[in-house]
Amino acid sequence: MNINYTLIGQMIFFAAFVLFCMKYVWPPLVSALAEREKKISDGLAAADRASKDLELAQKKAMDELREAKAQAAELIEQANKRSNQIVDEAKEVATQEGERLIVAAKAEIEQEKNRVKEELRAEVAVIAIAGAEKILGSSIDANKHSELLDKLAAEI
Amino acid sequence: MAGNNPTTTEYIQHHLSNLTYGQLPAGYERYDQTVLSEATWTMAHGPAEAAAMGFNAFHVDSLAWSFGLGVIFCWLFFSVAKKATTGVPGRLQNFIEMIVEFVDGTVKDMFHGRNPLVAPLALTIFIWVFLMNLMDLVPVDLVPRILELVGVGYQKIVPSTDPNITLGMALGVFILMLYYSIKIKGIGGFVKELTMHPFNHWAFIPVNLFMELVGLLAKPFSLGLRLFGNMYAGEMIFILIAVMYSAGLFFGLFGGLLQVGWAIFHILVITLQAFIFMVLTVVYLSMAHEDH
Repeated sequence: MNINYTLIGQMIFFAAFVLFCMKYVWPPLVSALAEREKKISDGLAAADRASKDLELAQKKAMDELREAKAQAAELIEQANKRSNQIVDEAKEVATQEGERLIVAAKAEIEQEKNRVKEELRAEVAVIAIAGAEKILGSSIDANKHSELLDKLAAEI
Repeated sequence: MAGNNPTTTEYIQHHLSNLTYGQLPAGYERYDQTVLSEATWTMAHGPAEAAAMGFNAFHVDSLAWSFGLGVIFCWLFFSVAKKATTGVPGRLQNFIEMIVEFVDGTVKDMFHGRNPLVAPLALTIFIWVFLMNLMDLVPVDLVPRILELVGVGYQKIVPSTDPNITLGMALGVFILMLYYSIKIKGIGGFVKELTMHPFNHWAFIPVNLFMELVGLLAKPFSLGLRLFGNMYAGEMIFILIAVMYSAGLFFGLFGGLLQVGWAIFHILVITLQAFIFMVLTVVYLSMAHEDH
């Protein structure tokens, strides 16, 4: 229980350990703690931000999807319209073409008929002369009776 | 020990004696009847010689254990601090960080100034005093008996049962208190605080000075003596329990039971005393930083 130099010695040790602790122990530990705290809070903030971003992205995706759907519907409608139009046009063209063909055919038929008539006309004289020759038993001079024959042919 | 079959008084006294190295005065008659012709530095042989050395002595055991425990504290915390990662901490780092955060929180709660010294000081005091107190839980006869076999006569392994150790730390804190009082308030401010409180009138200066000086001096002494008293009493009870082991089987078993009980209770005491020493240090320094 004597007070002696031990007191001084302990004070020196005390100062030495406190200085050591202050220089080499406390700062790295506390800075590590603070850094980790910052890291964690940053991480939490980042997670928060990410979830918000995700929400935004989802909303954007939905919007885009909706827009795309609308666009697609519009396109389909347009396409339908166009196809109807094309069909109508085609129908019209076909009708016109048919009519044209009919007209052309009719014209051709008419032409043919006329041609045949013409031919017939030409031949009627010959046939009539031949018939008359047979009836009369002699030849008939076509030139002499041409007026008559022409009259006959015109009657056909 | 003093003899092969020491009396109870001798046994207790032996346990309360430090291993002392000091200067014996000239003309002192030593234990072997040799008379010193001049003052000599030597190991004390028994409490009487240690007392005769007066102030010129070192308690080798107290200093060695206190230094060793301080080195253990520094090494443990330094080895963790060196490898401290900001990632996931290991178990030891986690434990150390828990202590550091506890001390840091306590200091932040009580100390409102800005001083990079206070928190490391508090940590050092808390862990170092705790380790010194922890030696109290080592069975009282274990280490002295082993050292006696290699020829060391006396050994007190609990440094905080030595008033030199506790008062040394308290005086260290006291010096810091004075230093920061003067640094923050200036000499004039500090003198004014000592003379003009609590009665702010020139006629009361002597009364104020007396009261404030008593209050100021009481701080380090109560700080040191509180720790010393608690640890000394605890150690004394362990020694008294150890005395029972020589009183037959029944008392031996009863003593064993008592020792376990007291040791468990003492875990609380040593932690609490370390914490109180730390908290009071922070509070005193905080008061020194307060500028009126």
